[in-house]
Amino acid sequence: MEWLNWFSRPENTKPLALLIFFVTFVGIVLYVYGSKKRSKRLESYKDIPFQDDAPDNKD
Amino acid sequence: MAITTFSSAEQYNFDIVKKFAIMALVWAVVGMFAGVYIASELAWPFLNFDSPYISFGRLRPVHTSAVIFGFGGSALFATSYYVVQRTCQTRLISDGMASFTFWGWQTVIVLAALSYMAGYSQGREYAEMEWPIDILIEVVWVTYLILFVGTIMRRKQPHIYVANWFYLAFILATALLHTFNNLAMPVDLFSMKSYSLFSGTQDAMTQWWYGHNAVGFFLTAAFLGMMYYFVPKQAGRPIYSYRLSIVHFWALSFMYMWVGAHHLHWTALPDWTSTLAATFSILLLMPSWGGMINGIMTLSGAWDKLRTDPVMRFLIVALSFYGMSTFEGPMMSLKEVNALSHYTDWTVGHVHSGALGWVAMISFGSLYHMIPKLWDTKLYSTKLVEVHFWLATVGVLLYIIAMWVSGITQGLMWRALDEFGNLQYSFVESVAAMIPFYIMRAVGGAFFLTGTVVMVYNIFMTIRQAKQEEAVLEAKLAAKMANAGA
Repeated sequence: MEWLNWFSRPENTKPLALLIFFVTFVGIVLYVYGSKKRSKRLESYKDIPFQDDAPDNKD
Repeated sequence: MAITTFSSAEQYNFDIVKKFAIMALVWAVVGMFAGVYIASELAWPFLNFDSPYISFGRLRPVHTSAVIFGFGGSALFATSYYVVQRTCQTRLISDGMASFTFWGWQTVIVLAALSYMAGYSQGREYAEMEWPIDILIEVVWVTYLILFVGTIMRRKQPHIYVANWFYLAFILATALLHTFNNLAMPVDLFSMKSYSLFSGTQDAMTQWWYGHNAVGFFLTAAFLGMMYYFVPKQAGRPIYSYRLSIVHFWALSFMYMWVGAHHLHWTALPDWTSTLAATFSILLLMPSWGGMINGIMTLSGAWDKLRTDPVMRFLIVALSFYGMSTFEGPMMSLKEVNALSHYTDWTVGHVHSGALGWVAMISFGSLYHMIPKLWDTKLYSTKLVEVHFWLATVGVLLYIIAMWVSGITQGLMWRALDEFGNLQYSFVESVAAMIPFYIMRAVGGAFFLTGTVVMVYNIFMTIRQAKQEEAVLEAKLAAKMANAGA
């Protein structure tokens, strides 16, 4: 369990946290903009606020 | 994507939305009146009337709690319940829980205001409530979280619309912030007084970790949720870029938690902490402006609505103030700028450009859109919305310009040295120099409050009109039934 001490030092955990957050964020950006097919699907969600309008009561 | 059509009034719990919407307006008037009164106390100190109960120190948290938690909080409860039901196309999972959040939350605001005036305060900014009220908030908030998440889990729409992500981040972050900021030990079980578990620099850090994230998640993320639903609805066109809204959400969520320490520059805080906070504050400019552009560009191709629709104008001007204050905030987080601005009225001006310009205006726009739909009618007067818009805009501008001038003057007077290297001005001289700006600020606040009163009248008449329409319809129906029977 000695290796756990590595995490108790801020000089180790600060860059580690930065790395984890940065990689995750870059992953999200790549996911969002990385594929044309996925982009089309994601953009289709923008119509959700208009989906539940009754035809005779269009907002 | 699932598409459902039905009579929304029957399907959804709109009763709770109506209650919160009305209370949002009630607290807006109460809180803004308290704000104008304390601003007037600073301009004309005789208004303290030598009474501790209405002194600036006690009324100030009454003002902040009534506008942030009373007005802002009730508007967020109302709109989040409305948006989550309509975008998930399902009813709230429990009417009882919804009702509990309403009565619980209103009790919190009333108890907080009474306790502040009686002199009970934790002395923690935006969290002055003493421990029994904090426990009530915790219970209400957890109920809110269960209700919101439960409703999302019961959705008929496979995708969770982005506005709900912002609302959920706000609910989760507020639960976390409230819990840890208020860890305290009561003096005894029957005493309102308690002491924080933290002390010294750690206490300051905890307070501003809470304080700035209350701004970030309560006053920003949540109102962005409002923006992502009501701007497209009022414009009649979808948000400019859904992908940008996703990046906006995650960037904001990753970055906000780090910036609280920029409130503690040049203090006992370790220098690296304060530098880290300033760095993340600068980085925050990108998602903030990305979100603002996303909202404003929704009007692309329909800019004429800005001229013809005063509700749309409220929403778009709110976004412009959001852009302006999210530029000003990072600038003020720079240590050199902060050395001048900190402890001055500039900070007060910055907060109000966000609170009045962004939070209040986006709420006004959203409520103007939502309330006629809740009561199934049209707004009583668009002209009065226009009047409200100009009163509010002139009010904000008077307020923030007064505070910019006052704050920068204060900062410069406090640091000015004479030829011998002594301070050139005494503190009281800087106070005397502020008086004209304090009067200007009180006038600006009065403009804003007057606009809100106009809105309350307009909404009152809208609801009355809806009830009259309903009565006429019922009478017609009864007559038809009677004829059919005969």
